[in-house]
Amino acid sequence: MKPQSKTRFKPMPERSENQHVILRVVAKLLIPLIAVYGLYVHFHGDYGPGGGFQAGVIFASSIILYALIFGLDEAKRVVPPSWIRIIMSLGVLVFGGTGVATWLLGGEYLNYTMFAPDSTHAAGQHWGIFAVEIGVLLTVTSVILAIFYAFGSRGGSRRGSHSPNPVDGDKS
Amino acid sequence: MDLLSLFPEWVLVHGPAAIVVLPLMFGALVALSPSEKLSWATTWIVTGLSGLMSLGLLLQVISHGPIGYAMGGWKPPLGIAYSVDALNAPILLLISVVAFICTIYALPSVVAEVGPKKRSTFYAVFLLSFAGLMGMVATADAFNVFVFLEISSISTYALVAMGSSRDRRALPSSFNYLIMGSIGATFFVIGIGFLYMQTGTLNMMDMARVLQDIGPGDRVVQLAFAFIVIGLGLKLAMFPLHTWLPTAYAYAPSFFTAFLAATATKAALYLLMRFTFTVFDPSWDFISTALMVIIAGLGTIGMLAASLQAIFQSDIRRVLAFSSVAQVGYILLGIGMATTLGLTAGYLHILNHAVMKGALFLAVGAFWYRFGITKVSDMRGLGKTMPWTMAGFTIAGLSLIGVPGTVGFVSKLALVQAAAENGWWWAIGVIVVSSVLAIVYVGRMIEQAYFQPVPKINDRYIKRNEAPLMMLIPLWTLALASVAFGINSHWPMSLAQGAAQVLNDGPILLIRETMPAIPAIPSTGGH
Repeated sequence: MKPQSKTRFKPMPERSENQHVILRVVAKLLIPLIAVYGLYVHFHGDYGPGGGFQAGVIFASSIILYALIFGLDEAKRVVPPSWIRIIMSLGVLVFGGTGVATWLLGGEYLNYTMFAPDSTHAAGQHWGIFAVEIGVLLTVTSVILAIFYAFGSRGGSRRGSHSPNPVDGDKS
Repeated sequence: MDLLSLFPEWVLVHGPAAIVVLPLMFGALVALSPSEKLSWATTWIVTGLSGLMSLGLLLQVISHGPIGYAMGGWKPPLGIAYSVDALNAPILLLISVVAFICTIYALPSVVAEVGPKKRSTFYAVFLLSFAGLMGMVATADAFNVFVFLEISSISTYALVAMGSSRDRRALPSSFNYLIMGSIGATFFVIGIGFLYMQTGTLNMMDMARVLQDIGPGDRVVQLAFAFIVIGLGLKLAMFPLHTWLPTAYAYAPSFFTAFLAATATKAALYLLMRFTFTVFDPSWDFISTALMVIIAGLGTIGMLAASLQAIFQSDIRRVLAFSSVAQVGYILLGIGMATTLGLTAGYLHILNHAVMKGALFLAVGAFWYRFGITKVSDMRGLGKTMPWTMAGFTIAGLSLIGVPGTVGFVSKLALVQAAAENGWWWAIGVIVVSSVLAIVYVGRMIEQAYFQPVPKINDRYIKRNEAPLMMLIPLWTLALASVAFGINSHWPMSLAQGAAQVLNDGPILLIRETMPAIPAIPSTGGH
């Protein structure tokens, strides 16, 4: 019998060891920061190092951290695998759709100038890259998560996650 | 050029990008499709549309010359350029038409071979693989080639692994292919990296121009060529680098095996020709030596060794897979001659081999579909139990041997003529010996099917059980094509001659006046 958690966090069905309290508190502090930093890297990608790919990895790592601390099942409740599949394709479609939009506007594929042909400061390029990078962000985030989920839940195990220390070794 | 006027102007201008973008985007859409029928229909329509666009591009190339396309409106040496000329337009048409024909076959075949939950994904990944192959061929940007090479390769690994619902051996063979394919792709990209280092450009035509300034003496350029040849050699199953191929072909879902056998190695062969003849200069010493010793040499060894191995295989699919390695040898021999006739013959064999090997693998898939047959010894009586399928198989098999009146004969004859013109009499001997070996391994299967009695189960002969029409139509389309182009080979021959012309013109003529000249960066290394 495991001790019930006295923290204000929602107790999880199997994993509620007190020794994880520090990890959880720190993670709860860090996860939003990591997510915001991911978005910063994304939106700042036009002016500095960064962009959709890096931002996608950082953003996904915040969810992976959540999965590591709170368990894979909890993470799958927050970001269900069925969404991931949709977001994955959506990202490709956003990227490709930007190109199709430039086709419809009469330019070459991905010729962003078409979005604002009269602009003197290449605003079209800005908008085009913005749209394309959102597609990259969506796809990279979801693919990283999909890979993590695939490895994390291999063998069809229903045990949720592995904890870093084998605390529930007595269960079997 | 009446047919050309049927195509809208837009297709002829934006076609080079559209043939890649269309399957890529629909691949993403199909992944979300709730029904496998819908996925199949989308795949069929998309491959059909790509085929039509490729046909339009080919006609345009024949009547008006090469088509260039600047992605994103960035002009070529800086931006990513796509270009369709007489060398790659027929390959584009071949890939998309084979995909279109094979997709008809996929509907019954995939239901039988792939698990129900994976089928929509299967079509999605197939479209990605198709897009990757089209992109590899359509692009004129060396790094873009690598990107599409990876797209097509990675989706191919996944598709081969999906054969595991039928046979678990698909998993190790897919993994084996993954390791070999990744090594190949890495070698290729290292070669591209070296070329970029020396030329400062990734556009193939610009690269060719700068390479002319650098000249053949540069060590880094020589190294780049070696890496590219080995990288592509792995991808196209050049003889000692072919070990991934037999298992991958044998255990992939049969629809995909047919597509893979007909197109994947062909796209890599196209790239080999593109790089050797139009980026590098075949008149350079180290390249002409490599062409003769490595490409033609390994090609001939492959023709003999792989044909011999094919004879001793018990699995039909492995027989045909080893035969594919041997047939790649024929093509390499043609390329290695580096003469107009040799290149024409090699190129012609790319087109012809795709048609006949596609038909053979489709027939093998039908044998499995009806009777679960994968072994040569189980083919007993197939001539009676599946007469139409077996007839299609036989026609394509005869074509593989090179019986007059089939495409196999046309390209082998062209190859023999080229070898004779070159004075390579030993090559003619090898072609003849390899054809005799082909008689043995194809004849072994035909003998089982027609001259062995129909097997009995519980004292009753197995009843006739023909493959469904949706399998017979693509099989017979390809089988009849192999006869039609064997009897009247004018059209494929003219395509091959056009391609050989592009290769013969070499690197210089590819540079068009639209391209602003940028100065060559001084060569830094290797002197």
